[in-house]
Amino acid sequence: MTALTTALGDGGTIAWRNLIKTRRNPDLIGMVVLTPIMFVLLFAYVFGNAIHIPGISYREYMMAGVFTETVAFGASLTGYGLVLDLQKGIIDRFRGLPMAPSAVLVGRTTSDLLAGVVSLAVMSAMGLVVGWRVHSGPAKALLGMLVLLMFTYALSWVMATLALSMRSPEVFSNASTMLIFPLAFVANTFVDSATMPGPLRFFAEWNPVSAVTQAARVCFGNASPNVTQHSHAWALHHPIVASVLWTAALLAVFVPLATRQYQKAVSR
Amino acid sequence: MSDAIVAEGLTKRYGDHTALDELDLTVPEGTVLGLLGPNGAGKTTTVRILTTLVRPDAGRATVAGLDVVADARALRARIGVSGQYAAVDDDLTGAENLEMIGRLYHLGRRRSRTRARELLERFDLTAAADRPLKGYSGGMRRRIDLAGSLVAEPPVLFLDEPTTGLDPRARAALWDTIADLVSGGTTVLLTTQYMEEADRLADRVAVLDHGRVIETGTADELKDRIGGDRIELTAPGPGAVEAACRALAPLASGPVRADGAHVMAPVAEGADSLARALGLLDAAGVAVRDVGLRRPTLDEVFLSLTGHTADAPPNPDDGREPALAAPGRPSGRAGRADREEHAR
Repeated sequence: MTALTTALGDGGTIAWRNLIKTRRNPDLIGMVVLTPIMFVLLFAYVFGNAIHIPGISYREYMMAGVFTETVAFGASLTGYGLVLDLQKGIIDRFRGLPMAPSAVLVGRTTSDLLAGVVSLAVMSAMGLVVGWRVHSGPAKALLGMLVLLMFTYALSWVMATLALSMRSPEVFSNASTMLIFPLAFVANTFVDSATMPGPLRFFAEWNPVSAVTQAARVCFGNASPNVTQHSHAWALHHPIVASVLWTAALLAVFVPLATRQYQKAVSR
Repeated sequence: MSDAIVAEGLTKRYGDHTALDELDLTVPEGTVLGLLGPNGAGKTTTVRILTTLVRPDAGRATVAGLDVVADARALRARIGVSGQYAAVDDDLTGAENLEMIGRLYHLGRRRSRTRARELLERFDLTAAADRPLKGYSGGMRRRIDLAGSLVAEPPVLFLDEPTTGLDPRARAALWDTIADLVSGGTTVLLTTQYMEEADRLADRVAVLDHGRVIETGTADELKDRIGGDRIELTAPGPGAVEAACRALAPLASGPVRADGAHVMAPVAEGADSLARALGLLDAAGVAVRDVGLRRPTLDEVFLSLTGHTADAPPNPDDGREPALAAPGRPSGRAGRADREEHAR
């Protein structure tokens, strides 16, 4: 076997193991299935009535935001999974086996990506129930989902790096919330970023979450023509390219960083 | 016969603490070496280096002919490791745990699955095979862990305190399993704090203290080295104790000691000494309750070699902290630990 097929095969085995664990763990199922349902209902029926976006129904506008926000929070699963593994003896077993050293990270990010697919499917179904519709074609809609999944995959590596540096579930939980909250909410996820005051507006317009949300909106045909007219940010006018660039940049930085932190964490 | 494990001058430091200090070790193929030592003596560090988990600061080691640093990846396919902290996944069933390990040894999915079933049967875990490990007892978890180390049928096996924390029944059962394995020709390095375990399973024993091997040999050789056999008896009263001491003095190879109702006389001629002792006691008219010829226990060997007993309180950071100088506590479990030849 070549090094690459070994790495992929071993990563696949670890992903298989992670998915079994997820299936048997009610907390994780809640995070993957129930949280997305709750967010759709929350924004559709609670906040939705208070927010008005000109030119489009809010339920259609907010769905791309709910998608992006949920997959962004979902990426922290990767960090939890890794710190929990590090605290158990199983990591010593893994290290003693002739497997690819990358397998634990590759397997973890892969199984979390599949959890992300499930989350998106659940949310889409919920969205259709509350009145969300795709106004583009199936190919465009698929592209939108792909952009969302690529982004959550890149964020998984960011969370892996964070978790492997913290090494404690409690500390990681605080740190990841502090990182994801501003990213998910100081953005165009649920409101028009053009309505924010100066510095916040700048942050929101260049926030990768905004680019991904806008890309999803464009792909699903849910973008309001009135909204981007207020903004001159390049990222919001070319959201798909911006999302791909953000994803590539995050991967380029955090895959090597996470790998290094993993080696450091396990060779103590 | 060639050596399955060779370590030369292994040294490992953690900050100021020297965990291993130029440790030398050889284990011939197909034999069992018992690595004995108190917590902090360097047992776990030795195992971690030999199983490629930790790099030595100096020295070299080969296992199954492969260098533990240069050939680490290839070596991992040739060894099995089972430790004190069962390296298993609680959310997975017994069968899934073993299948996962097989796949990570690159046996392929189908072979991994059949191998898992074989091992579950061998370790008497078939009934629990499809239950998550969460519901397993401590002994069952150790058995799954041990089974995991055997998935790839490794020629060399490392058992790091395999029965620590188990109840006596589970311990005895695990010993039977290990003894069975060993009879199949596997080379084993076993670390333990239980002298009884080394006595039961090991061909040779190496005593470790402060990161060095301070004595090696068979258990019998070590016992002989610290002073052979002795006659032990219990006498019914102070007068009888004194009379017994006097009666045994001509036979003893050293001073006869009394401790309460207990009398101990070192002797040189094994079983013959016992017959003569009975004659001498009879001739002196001393009535005794219980007479026996005893070998020193490995606990006593350990105490005499290191100045402290081996069964200091468990310490998860074994190998990373200075050795505990536990106050000498003469072998509480020694009576059970040793082969005794009691006269009735």
